[in-house]
Order: sequence, then C-alpha cells, then structure tokens
Amino acid sequence: MEFTDAQVQRYSRHIILSDVGGKGQKKLARAKVLVIGAGGLGSPAALYLAAAGVGTIGLVDGDVVDLSNLQRQILHTTATLGQPKVESGKKMLASLNPDITIKTYQENVSADNIMGLLHDYDIILDGSDNFSTRFLVNDACFFAKKTLVSGSIFRFEGQLTTIKPHEGHPCYRCLYPEPPPAGLVPNCQEAGVLGVLAGTIGVLQASEAIKEILGIGEALADRLLLYDALEMKFRKLGRPKDPDCRLCGPNPTITNLLSDYTVSCSL
Amino acid sequence: MNQCFQIQVNGESRESRAGTTVADLLRDLDIKPDRVAVEVNLEIVDKGVFAQRSLQEGDRIEIISFIGGGR
Repeated sequence: MEFTDAQVQRYSRHIILSDVGGKGQKKLARAKVLVIGAGGLGSPAALYLAAAGVGTIGLVDGDVVDLSNLQRQILHTTATLGQPKVESGKKMLASLNPDITIKTYQENVSADNIMGLLHDYDIILDGSDNFSTRFLVNDACFFAKKTLVSGSIFRFEGQLTTIKPHEGHPCYRCLYPEPPPAGLVPNCQEAGVLGVLAGTIGVLQASEAIKEILGIGEALADRLLLYDALEMKFRKLGRPKDPDCRLCGPNPTITNLLSDYTVSCSL
Repeated sequence: MNQCFQIQVNGESRESRAGTTVADLLRDLDIKPDRVAVEVNLEIVDKGVFAQRSLQEGDRIEIISFIGGGR
C-alpha cells in the first residue's frame, strides 16, 4: 500500500513524528476499530480516529439523533436530527476523511450479535451508556481476545482504562466483579453530564486506541484513570488483576457469554 | 482506649481508629457500599467482607465509584 501525495500531505504531522512515521501511518490505515455507541464518547473518539486515518471504523448504535444529544454528541448536527446515529455519524466522518471505510450497524449490542460484530475488528471502544452493555462487551472481548478501551462519564467525572486480559492484564470484572444493582446508579439521562466531559474522555479513548495500533507508549492496562472536571484533577490508580476473577481468573465460572445481561437494564 | 492512626483515602490522609473496617469507613463517609469498588493497598476487597476487613496504619484505600455513562 502506498500513500498518494494528498495522503502524505494529510498525514504529514503524523509522518514526521519519529514514533509514527510512514510505517505507523500505514498501520493506522490497516487498523480496524469498532466504536460501540455513536454518542457522547463515540463521537469525539470516532472523529479523531477518522482524522488520524484509521482505515476502517465501525459504528454500532440503534438510536436516532435527538435534540438532547447535540449538547455533547458532536458526530451529529441539527440537520441530522431524527436520522439513525450511525448514518449521521458516517456522513460526518466521511466528510472529514473520504479515504477511510466506515461501516454502520444500526442495532444495539446484545449477546446474540456481539461476537459477530467484534469479529472483524482489532480494537473495540466502549462508549455505551449502561452497565449491562459494559459487562457484555467486556466478556465478549475477553472471549474474542480483543483489546477494549473503556471510557465512561457521569455528571462531572470520567473513567478510562484499557482492557487486555489476553496479554495478562486485568479485565473489567477484576475491578467491578458484578454490575451494581438495577436502579442504584443513575445514567446520564437521569443525572446529567457535562457535555465537554464526553469530549475529554472520548478523545483519551481514541488516544489509547492509536497507541495500541502503533505499539507505542504505555497502555493504561493495569491502571484506571479518574478525571474530575470540577476539581480539574486526574488520578491514576493501580488496577490489579483479581486472582479470583470469575472471567479471567484461573478457575473461571463464566466460560461463555451469559444468557442474560439485562440485570441493570433499568438504569 | 481507642488507638488512632493515619490512613490514606483517595490520596488524602485521614485519621482512623483501631478496629475500623471498610464498612465503617464507607458509613463514616456516607457512601453506599453497592455503588463503589474498594481497593486497599492495590487489592480489590470483596464486597462480602467489607464488614470484616479491618484497616491498618498506613493503608491506602481507594474508593472507586461505578460510572457507566457514555452516550
């Protein structure tokens, strides 16, 4: 694969970086990243991945664009209100970078479709809005041995971690063994979220994904980043592997996707 | 007589009494145990033993809220 003159110019600020170069830019062009949720986190993440020249971006979302989304979901515009988010997102990404392939999946992830969705991708970004999906995506990525970059936001706080148990690192269940009881933790719709916070965390997810693709830097795989927008405080915690983890431990009790992840769906 | 010592909670020093458990600490901080994961010295404490796990001098405790939003 050779870059055209226009592509060399488009990616020139990457190509002159010694840790990226033409070789790294080609890795990006060959990479396939699946973005789960074309919303608050998925929007900024997908925009930067597209701008960076990630060759294939998959968008998964079953929703349509609502006026209340536009405070933070910058893949969408007033002109695309009412359209499926994946279509609205595809238009935006294609207008930013016509060189890349954007695949759309207008559906919500479930135990029935998740393994098929992950199959063609190298890295998964979770920008979903509920715990049942987060546990499902974690378990599916574990079984499919895919690296998962997990971001989450709530009010003025965000969390970020990179999950790759197939390389000996902890999984999501090492930190949170079970979803919280239904209804105990409110979601963005009920509790609100600072719009720009979605940008902060979503862009950090894109950054982790690009580092994974290029094989550079230090992955956030054994740590959890906590961000408090009000205090403007970033903290990194050690995120140890749970020796008794039900999923990635030596004696797992979860050996297949569960039949029911809907425990916290009322969130 | 209660013996007092220092612990670290979310990076900040705090005084604790001998015999204080993770469950006591959460109660003192008015945090519902179901909403958080608790790490003591880089080990996740099983929710089932919050009331049995006593804190020791110098323990570093991290209380991590469940955050699941994204859209």
